Amino acid sequence: MIDKGKALVEVRNLKKYFPMRRGFFGRNTVQVKAVDDVSFDVFEQETLGLVGESGCGKSTTGNTILRLLTPTGGTVHYDGVDLTTLEGEKLRQMRQHIQMIFQNPYASLNPRLTVGQIVGEPLKTFRPQMSKQERAEKIQSMLRLVGLSPAFINRYPHEFSGGQQQRIGIARALTLDPAFIVCDEPIAALDVSIQAQVVNLLRRLQEQLGLTYLFISHDLSMVRFISDRIAVMYLGKIVEVARKNELYGEPLHPYTQALLSAVPVANPKRERSRQQIILKGDVPSPANPPRGCNFNTRCPLAFERCFEEDPQLREVEPGHWCACHLLD
Amino acid sequence: MEDLLTVENLETEFHTAEGIVKAVNGISYSLKEGEILGIVGESGSGKSVSVLSLLRLLPQPPAYIKGGTAVFRDRDLLHISDEEIRSVRGNEIAMIFQDPMTSLNPVMKIGKQIGEALQLHLGMTETEARERTIELLTHVGIPMAEQRVDQYPHQLSGGMRQRVMIALGLSCNPRLLIADEPTTALDVTIQAQIINLVHNLQNETGMAVIWITHDLGVVAGIADKVIVMYAGKVVEYAAVDELFEDTRHPYTLGLLASLPEMDGEEQSELKTVRGSPPDLTNLPPGCPFAPRCDYVIDKCLSENPAAIPVEAPIRMDQNNEGPVHLAACWVDVRVREAI
Repeated sequence: MIDKGKALVEVRNLKKYFPMRRGFFGRNTVQVKAVDDVSFDVFEQETLGLVGESGCGKSTTGNTILRLLTPTGGTVHYDGVDLTTLEGEKLRQMRQHIQMIFQNPYASLNPRLTVGQIVGEPLKTFRPQMSKQERAEKIQSMLRLVGLSPAFINRYPHEFSGGQQQRIGIARALTLDPAFIVCDEPIAALDVSIQAQVVNLLRRLQEQLGLTYLFISHDLSMVRFISDRIAVMYLGKIVEVARKNELYGEPLHPYTQALLSAVPVANPKRERSRQQIILKGDVPSPANPPRGCNFNTRCPLAFERCFEEDPQLREVEPGHWCACHLLD
Repeated sequence: MEDLLTVENLETEFHTAEGIVKAVNGISYSLKEGEILGIVGESGSGKSVSVLSLLRLLPQPPAYIKGGTAVFRDRDLLHISDEEIRSVRGNEIAMIFQDPMTSLNPVMKIGKQIGEALQLHLGMTETEARERTIELLTHVGIPMAEQRVDQYPHQLSGGMRQRVMIALGLSCNPRLLIADEPTTALDVTIQAQIINLVHNLQNETGMAVIWITHDLGVVAGIADKVIVMYAGKVVEYAAVDELFEDTRHPYTLGLLASLPEMDGEEQSELKTVRGSPPDLTNLPPGCPFAPRCDYVIDKCLSENPAAIPVEAPIRMDQNNEGPVHLAACWVDVRVREAI
């Protein structure tokens, strides 16, 4: 739903540039525009899927929104508060409302802490008044919530399978009852038969706790399942945003069309009859994007204007945004 | 068509500090000339180990090929001399891997790496090898091959590196190309390019391909026949259409059901395969999938089923040699009854 409610997170003209030294003794600095003027809203209790290929800036966008990286420009309003200007204690306090679930569950859990310590750590920091007993109860209830036995409380991360480790990561993210979660490729490291378990869990938790997700992924079929709306990124920019059925049913941007047509379908007959758009070449380096539209080096439909002018993201149909000159 | 490769009862284990990991537990299959065989399975299912065993690429120890045969053009790859297997590798059987960056030498120009194979296996001179390399690179869709030939792997993108690996694999006109998750590290648009490329090359050269993947979508697009592996066993083997339309193993059914619908039907929940894959150091006595299976019967817990022909398959083999659909299950999943 596009109007599920008010926007919980408003991202406006967000930019994150990384300096890259080049040349003799690194005298020349080039800006890598990982996120370049990105704007979107995430509505309350919705899931916004953020898709794109590696290096398109989707993870950097998530990290910058949560202030794990300092933005180069732009604003991010969470519930009316501009996260980009928060500093020190105010930023720290804000972190309990905005949380993250990471791609690699094992790397994101401290191997020397027990599950109880990992899930309880946020409580120690943010709820120091809690008694040991209360904390233990909360930890156990969190473990139950994500489908783990509370008996696991004294075990270490390496004793668990990948799917269970991801459940621990989810429990930790939810301990402080946050409202907004950035899920950064939460299932990419898991086996196919386990992915569905974790996605179902995330969806159930969203309903139960009224969570809002930014779901970053390159898996277009999973994103379709879990998202309400989807934003497509290419080389640091958002090229299209729409409700999922519109995006999959009637993609407007040539990149979205190619991306969707490249997803293999587990159906041999359809695979054989499927009209694929095979893009030529590779994604250009974000340190040296082409002039005009970022996609013009691979776009099968590019014309003169695409090489001169950068198309702006605009609302083509109600709730359907696209950045392409073909739609003018 | 003749069988190009016949694998029988291949068994591979790893001796580790934690115990004996039974990675491949008696798998058998055959591959005809020019056929594309997909091997699907999750991590730890033994799909990579099974082909690495064929080429004797596993370090021994910790790996031990405990038994079986793998006959490729009248030679048993598992029992020929080291010298003979070296002349097969990279020559008659080529292999490409998931991560091209780790399989290419980072301090050697790509032209040199391909040229080396040509000089070694085909006895070309350096100049001939260079010319042929440029041809090969152009053939696999690398633009400006004359310049690329003098570049190092890090100067290429992931997709380009995989093209280099494919060029390297094809350099000696192999009869069999083994591709071990070659597109897993790549983006979908690049994956589509690579699959397309291998398909075209296969059509052109008539080589056989073994394509290992965990992605049922990729298999549906590329394979003629498919093997589904679980815990080091072949649990199902069938022609690709038959596998998807007349699935006979509960694990294959579970995998297919857990995929989200791609035609936009609203689903409230994905179907899941409960539990997680078994510990390969401590496999249960019966069917390794039994603890996760919805069709489980008593027999499954005590006896491990072998892959046997299914009853009433849709299709017979083209030469009417018999049914080609195998499943390792005590239950007929169509009627939920023991066979």
